[in-house]
Amino acid sequence: MSAIHGIDGLDDWELVVGLEVHCELATATKLFCGCPNQFGDDPNTNVCPVCLGLPGSLPVLNHQAVELAMRIGRALNCTVHPSVFARKNYFYPDMPKDYQVSQYDQPINADGWLDLPDGSRIGITRAHLEEDTGKNTHAGGSGRIHGADYSLIDYNRAGVPLVEIVSEPDVRSPEQARTYVAELRTILLAIGASDAKMEEGSMRVDANVSVRPHGQAAFGTRCEIKNLNSLRSLVRAIEYEARRQVDLLGTGERIHQETRHWDEEAGRTRAGRSKEEAEDYRYFQEPDLVPVAPGADWLARVEAALPVLPAARRETLAGAAGLAATHPGVVMAVDRGLDDLARGAIAAGADPVRVLTHVEHNLAVEGAETLGAAALAELVGMETGGALTATQAKTVLADMVATGRGPAEIAAERGFEAMDTGALEAIVDEAIAANASEWADYVAASAAGDDKRLKKLTGFFTGKIMQASKGQADGRAVNELLTRKRDGAA
Amino acid sequence: MTAPGSPTPTAAAIAAEVRAGARSARATVDAHLGAIDAAEATIHAFNLVLADSARAAADAIDARVAAGEDPGPLAGVPIALKDNLCTRGVPTTCSSRILEGWRPPYDATVVTRLATAGAVVIGKTNLDEFAMGSSTENSAFGPTRNPRDPERVPGGSSGGSAAAVAAGFAPLALGSDTGGSIRQPAALCGVVGVKPTYGLVSRYGLVAFASSLDQIGPFAGTVGDAALLLEVIAGHDPLDSTSIDQPVPSYTEAVGAGVDGLRVGIVSELMGEGIAPDVRARVEAAAEALAAAGAEVGEASVPAATFGLSAYYLIAPAEASSNLARYDGVRYGLRVDGATTSEMMEASRSAGFGAEVKRRIMLGTYALSAGYYDAFYGKALKVRTLIIADFAAAYERFDVLLSPTTPTTAFRFGEKADDPLAMYLSDVCTIPTNLAGQPAMSVPFGSGADGMPVGVQILAPTLGEVPMLRAAGVLEEAAK
Repeated sequence: MSAIHGIDGLDDWELVVGLEVHCELATATKLFCGCPNQFGDDPNTNVCPVCLGLPGSLPVLNHQAVELAMRIGRALNCTVHPSVFARKNYFYPDMPKDYQVSQYDQPINADGWLDLPDGSRIGITRAHLEEDTGKNTHAGGSGRIHGADYSLIDYNRAGVPLVEIVSEPDVRSPEQARTYVAELRTILLAIGASDAKMEEGSMRVDANVSVRPHGQAAFGTRCEIKNLNSLRSLVRAIEYEARRQVDLLGTGERIHQETRHWDEEAGRTRAGRSKEEAEDYRYFQEPDLVPVAPGADWLARVEAALPVLPAARRETLAGAAGLAATHPGVVMAVDRGLDDLARGAIAAGADPVRVLTHVEHNLAVEGAETLGAAALAELVGMETGGALTATQAKTVLADMVATGRGPAEIAAERGFEAMDTGALEAIVDEAIAANASEWADYVAASAAGDDKRLKKLTGFFTGKIMQASKGQADGRAVNELLTRKRDGAA
Repeated sequence: MTAPGSPTPTAAAIAAEVRAGARSARATVDAHLGAIDAAEATIHAFNLVLADSARAAADAIDARVAAGEDPGPLAGVPIALKDNLCTRGVPTTCSSRILEGWRPPYDATVVTRLATAGAVVIGKTNLDEFAMGSSTENSAFGPTRNPRDPERVPGGSSGGSAAAVAAGFAPLALGSDTGGSIRQPAALCGVVGVKPTYGLVSRYGLVAFASSLDQIGPFAGTVGDAALLLEVIAGHDPLDSTSIDQPVPSYTEAVGAGVDGLRVGIVSELMGEGIAPDVRARVEAAAEALAAAGAEVGEASVPAATFGLSAYYLIAPAEASSNLARYDGVRYGLRVDGATTSEMMEASRSAGFGAEVKRRIMLGTYALSAGYYDAFYGKALKVRTLIIADFAAAYERFDVLLSPTTPTTAFRFGEKADDPLAMYLSDVCTIPTNLAGQPAMSVPFGSGADGMPVGVQILAPTLGEVPMLRAAGVLEEAAK
């Protein structure tokens, strides 16, 4: 390989990425107190002496959080260890105690891996428990921490349980980073450990990015990229950062190890605090908590309760559908938890590709999981048998989800039936006659090979015909007729 | 029955009489408030006297007795609380400017247990700021004086609690002991002070100094009263993860059980250099008294105990540097404005903390720093392990150990205030127990050459409160 995979123009360089993913655990209460773990409530309503760090208060460990952490560990093939909590000391106003309770040299999970759909394996260094901080809002002035008139702090999030999942530096392309985070998210959802919403901050990703010449064994100096709020940001930021580093090295400069923040609008990373000036966190064992040593029986119960993981579910569905596990419909079916439905419909004789097309495009809706496999199979059967057009099938499917009724009943009620070719041709002829100059344009564009104009005009005629047929025309049949008429006209 | 050297009846007597309807809780509280009025201006045991709420609580106790109810084992007994114990809605200062204006929204677990037992909180007592000190001279609100001689310190850091009991302001008080802060002032003021096993009494609501060492414990005029109070506050608390989940035995029964056959070892390492001869003589006399009562007395060795002071002054400040980080001016207490958040934090902490607290925060920050951790904090933890092992070996041969509580009797104001190391040395005998997480107590046993009280320390293994109190009961009788 001569270039960074997925980035043009970076010949001779290899990208090395390690990812740190923080996910908020889906517990009922916070990590060390009984306050609700709930997003979106009024500021400072889910607080108590413990999560506010009031003098004299003491933490008590939430066992549900430990269990979810163990679940994550086992889903990522980690070894679950006896672990201890430590204090990470630094001053910051959103942190009520001015230290964060985290796990340092003895994390609960270590030495695992995650297999990606493309067959690559990313090592998991550790996945440890820690508490979240509060949230600052800087108001007035510049609106940033420096130069704001004042700051408001919401401690609702302070003490919410987090698991930080640290990968080995095994990721070699922006796309692989995206796939890793997407796969991790799917697993977290599947095992019920987190709602893993990047946009709400319940899943946060930092990327450690470095580059090195191909063939060099030693790692380059890395920069930690923060403020990645979507998978798109992750990919763009890694691309940008790789280019920046290669450009610097190309002109003989050195990379400074530092934290950099992704600026989504500007499409670039900016230097934050450099590691040389970084704080000394003075970690030491948290004396207010006792070590966590889950017994063998607890661990066994957690393992027994683990659901089948997404990778295995993709394999099963792909096998049933006769498709690759990487097929987007297969991936999406598992992501949406609709793989059992899809397998059921396929088993009932429905065309796998049609089934997965519906899952991928038409079932990203509330209540999709209530759909019965037999009903979906019946719908797909009507569609492949010519009784419904693709458009009609989509409409019927939406009604099925909304009402729970069967496809035949809905189709009959809506008056859906496949239009016979003669009737459709008459409508097409009418449309051509009524729009003679557009038709002439259409024929000319087609002859000139002007795809852009042709596409526009095809849309124009399809619209007219759909309108005239009250949506009962089959899109594919319309297209075929238009092509045939054009060939006749030429 | 009256506590020696104290004008008030014992807590046990008060509670028994109040429960029987033979004594008014209100009259008892009024009498103690009268004693405070008469001498508090000299002693300054309290940061806050809670006269109104104490009278109201006493009236409620009397009403319950009148209604045929039993208000509990401490019915109507006035008690003074060290001002680092959280009291709902009542200022809790730790004798520091930094907590100016802060009122906890909750009660410490011990405070709740006292209320359930019928005790009446009469005030919050003075201490060395954040419990850091051995003379109560480090209080932001001025020192407390020793009721036995107002020219001398009461010890510390729980000097206010010790003085309150010694002056007859209350038959009982609670203190906290991180390196000797209950036992040392008890010895210097001539009262009984108990540092229970780590985890026996919930720390929930005790403002932390050094979390792995802090423990709440009783002050009392008599061993029996200390045992009675310990019985009320001991026991598992789900709010404290380090709390021991085991049934609490009867401590009051242990006090009169005698020492027949009890194996008592005198800690040789704590009887040598630095211990005043008159203090050493009292410990030897105590050993003789125990032997005369049927104990088998021998010489014990805890070699690592001599390293206790050094290890303690790394571990305790390290934890303190972290525990005291939260006083940053953001959420409560003192705030001194600054141009930026970090300048505000720096200004607030500079103005809010006294010199000794700053010294320990800096020591602790240094001990935990990258590059120094192994040499300082890490090594101190190893010493701690050694001390635990040495105690374990000693307790294979002995049921309890004996030593002085303090190297000298109470010193004069200013005598050690400018020499931190000399001040730290006054805790040399008490610190090893905290590092081991074990119980120990100080019992008054006569006077030194200057006529000031001498305390004898009885040490016991983890959850060895019963044999410890048996020995203490015998010493108390022998001292009469």
